[in-house]
Parts: sequence; C-alpha cells; structure tokens
Amino acid sequence: MSIEDIKKEFPIFNNKIQNNDLVYLDSANSSQKPQVVVDRIYDFYTKEFSNVGRSIHYLAVAATNLYENTRTLVQKYINAKDKNEIVFTKGATEAINLVANTFGQKHLNAGDEILLTELEHHSNYVPWHYLRKSKGVKIKFAEMDENGDVTLETIEKNITDKTKIIAITHLSNVTGAILPVKEITKLAHSKNIPVLIDGCQGAPHLKLDMQDLDCDFYAISCHKMYGPTGLGILYAKKKWLEELPPYQGGGGMIREVKKEGITFGELPNKYEAGTMATAQVIAFGESIKFINKIGIENIEKHERELTVYGEEVLRKNNSVKLIGNPKDKGSVLSFTLDGVHPHDIATILDEDGVAIRAGHHCCQILHEKLGLSATARASLGVYNTKDDLEQLNESLNKCKKIFS
Amino acid sequence: MDLKELYQEIILEHGKNPRNLGKFENFNKDAEGYNPLCGDKVHVYLKLNENKEIEDISFEGHGCAISMASASIMTELMKDKKNPEVKEILNDFLSMIKQNPELKSQLIKEDEKTKLMSLSGVKQYPMRVKCATIAWHALAAAMSYKKDENDSEKFI
Ligand SMILES: Cc1ncc(COP(=O)(O)O)c(C=O)c1O
Repeated sequence: MSIEDIKKEFPIFNNKIQNNDLVYLDSANSSQKPQVVVDRIYDFYTKEFSNVGRSIHYLAVAATNLYENTRTLVQKYINAKDKNEIVFTKGATEAINLVANTFGQKHLNAGDEILLTELEHHSNYVPWHYLRKSKGVKIKFAEMDENGDVTLETIEKNITDKTKIIAITHLSNVTGAILPVKEITKLAHSKNIPVLIDGCQGAPHLKLDMQDLDCDFYAISCHKMYGPTGLGILYAKKKWLEELPPYQGGGGMIREVKKEGITFGELPNKYEAGTMATAQVIAFGESIKFINKIGIENIEKHERELTVYGEEVLRKNNSVKLIGNPKDKGSVLSFTLDGVHPHDIATILDEDGVAIRAGHHCCQILHEKLGLSATARASLGVYNTKDDLEQLNESLNKCKKIFS
Repeated sequence: MDLKELYQEIILEHGKNPRNLGKFENFNKDAEGYNPLCGDKVHVYLKLNENKEIEDISFEGHGCAISMASASIMTELMKDKKNPEVKEILNDFLSMIKQNPELKSQLIKEDEKTKLMSLSGVKQYPMRVKCATIAWHALAAAMSYKKDENDSEKFI
C-alpha cells in the first residue's frame, strides 16, 4: 500500500483544520484513527451492543466473542504464549499501576530497590513512587548519556543485590532512543530480577515478540496504535498473573462471594474487574488488523526512513538543535529553536496546520537532566510523509522570522 | 486567529529583553507561579514597605515570550504602587484577559494600557491564557491576596 492510500483511510485528513491541511506530527502523544476503527465503534453500538461475560442472550454471547477475539488478535500481534497473558486496562498508565501495586504489595519491602531510567515517562515513575511511602523502597534512575541513550552497561552498574524489579521504556518519547530491552531482560533474569517494559512507544512502531523478548511485563497504550482512547494492555507472563494478588475488586473478577470471604476468578477475569471498555476493545481489533494489513515491518521501515530524513532536514537548519542522538532511534524528533520558546513554536506552527507538542512531554526528570524546562517534539505515524517534514521546517523558519 | 495580534512588537521586545529580570537582595515578599501543564515558572520578588507600597519588584523565570513579556510589563507597572492599587490593577488585568473588552481602572495610564492590551491576543488562544497570567498570580500570592470564592480570577 502506498502512503497516499494509507492516509486516505484516516478521515481526519479529509477535512481542513482551521483552513489548513493537517500536518499531524503528534503521534507519540496519540495517533489518528482509521475509518475502520471509528466504524467498528459505531456498528457495535448500533447493531451489536451488549455487556460481555454476563448474560446468556444472543447479543451478550456475540459481544463476549468479539471482545475475546481482540484478546487473541493482541496475543498473536505480540506473540504471547497464552491468550490469558493479555489483560485489558484503561491505559498503559493503569497497566503499570497494576504491576507496581500488586508486585509491590507482594514482593517489595523496606530497603528494596526499583531500577528505572532517567528517560521514563511520569507513568513509569509515579506509580512506583507510591511504594516509597507505603513500603519504604528506594528508587534508582539509570543515567541517560549525552546521546539520550541508556546503555546496558549503565543498567548493569545500577543493579545491586537489593534490586527487585527493573522498569524501563522501550523507546523514549523524547530522545527516541530504543533501549536494548532484550539484552537488559537477559541480564536482569541472570540475577533473578523481573523486568517491566513501558511499551507505549514500542508497540506502535516496532515488531514485538514477547516470547523472544522474554520480559515479565509489557505495557501498551492502544490510542497510540491507531486505536480508541480509554484502553491499554498489560502483557504479563502467566506465572505472574497467577501468583500476584488481584488489583481492583468488583464484578466479573470473582468466583464466589460470601459474607465470610471471597474467592477470585480465573485469568484473565482476575484483573478485569467491572464492566470493561467493551466497544474500545472490539474496535481495537480493527486497529490490529489495520496494522497487520500494512505490515508492522513496513510501518517500521517507512518511519525509520522518515526519521532519518527529518533529522537531515532539521540538521541543515542552523537554528535547530536536535535533542538526543541515540544509536538506535525511533520516530521521535525533539528539538529546540534558538531564541524561540517551544510553546511559541507550537502556537506559530499551529497557524500553518502543523501539530506538534511542546513542553516536558511528561518527562520532567529527563528535561531536568537536559537543563531545559521544555522542548518541541515532532513525532511520526504511518500516515506521515517527507512533505510533512518539509512543511515543519518551513514553519520553523517562519518562527525565526517572527522572533528575529 | 491572527498571529500578529498574539505576537505584537511590544511582546516580542519585552520577551527578548525582559525588564526587572533577576532576584534583588533585600526583597521581603516572594512567590512562585507555576504552570504544571508546561513546566513554566515565574518567581516574583517584592520589597514592600510598611505602607504596603511596592518599593522594588523583580522576577525570575523561564517560559515563552508571552509569559516573560507579561511578567516584564507587570513589574514595570507595579513599581511604586500601593496595596489597594496593586489589587485593583491586578483584578482589572485578569478580568480583561478573561472577558472584558478593555481595561477599566483609572489607575492605569493610557500608554500603560496599550502595553497591557498587547497581551489581549491570548484571548483567542485558550491554551495560552495561563502564560499571560502566571506572573500576575505569583504577584497576588506574594501580596497575600485571597482568591474570591465565586470567581477564581479575582482577588479580594
Ligand atoms: C513512554 C510513555 N509511557 C506511558 C505513557 C502513558 O500512556 P497512557 O496515557 O495512554 O496511559 C505514554 C503516553 O504519553 C508514553 O509516551
């Protein structure tokens, strides 16, 4: 499929946004949605709606099957061993909170160490922070180097005999660094330390294979994968989901409830308490099919080419400073522009229909290390083209002119 | 929307060369304004004498052109103003940014009004209103004003 054809599948590009063609460079924040995903939500609500896993009437059974079909699609997409290793959550944030909470409850004690990196999104720091207070654990941050990378050696250096879990990003949403997650997992496992990977930026752009990667937990955010908001996925090895305590209590996750006590349900229900984001789960099945139709390898290739091209274009612009020059870089281009604050850049670019993000991108630890309070970030999706990056550069020159 | 209205000459000039930038020695009141959305910070320092008159005022901070220009213009304007005047001007400015088409206070001279009105472009950019008001909220905190319960943009 050509990029032009792919772009046509996204209705947002059919309309002008404030009289401009949309140049959408904010996919690391959230991606746009193809028509099939939007239609699936509409069709489910208009023709097939019922709650799942409860009633036994026709619609309920059909909805339950649709819901479980997505679980199978996700399992195949990330090559998990078992379909019950896929837990739906309200977002990657909730997926990480689930692990921090249940793993923390069961396995962490005063003095234990959690190893993160300086690259982490607030979603992969704040949930662990709570354990400082409740459990007296220590949090360590593996340092980012001047390229915006965290290396295997730095991780190794920070591991002690107190380290009880390592939680790291797959692909930094600021520097674009792709971490050597497989090697880190291997190293951690050689010391009996489980690994959680924040895969928010990994899952939409890189081919995943949980059995090969061998990590213990992998968190995914569906709205960054051409899917609906309000949905995330926790992949966890079955042994953990069986062993860890439940996260939230409620309907659907129990086996038997008596006044004296409660027994909990089987996987995956154990971690899916209450009515879930049913329509979103069902529609997310279409997102996976959409990605599969193009092929994640093709998406990765396209985005890697564009990233290199974007770097080239921005490097030629003397006023632009790229943030991060990692060995292996995913589809994120963060930068600053001499003499213009990122918010002013974002407002001026917006006038040309160029949507970027400005700020700390929920990574204040990283920005503190950079000595910057904010950066500008252009991030890519399958629908982006070289023209988009050229327009970005042109609009940046307009910023310079206004501020000269 | 019009970029020229948002980034008027006065703003660009104050943004580039902010007045009263930097902490001074003998301040006796200070407060920090912070925008958690973007991480911008403006710290306001005052020397308030026993008559509650602002003898000296400055700010420190980092942020966009709008927030720096607003802090710069505000500090110029507030120097030598007494407590009730400070409050009146502050509320007048915040009401203007929020809804009023113009400034009403008699305490603000015409040329000062022109400067302040140069910030009114943010009205068309809801995400940027906070940039224009961050220093003013810090000043209100440094003056120990209380927020009106019925109007979060008004101080009593
Ligand atoms: C690296 C990373 N981790 C976590 C998150 C949080 O994802 P969500 O808000 O979908 O839970 C994001 C999204 O901004 C992210 O980029």
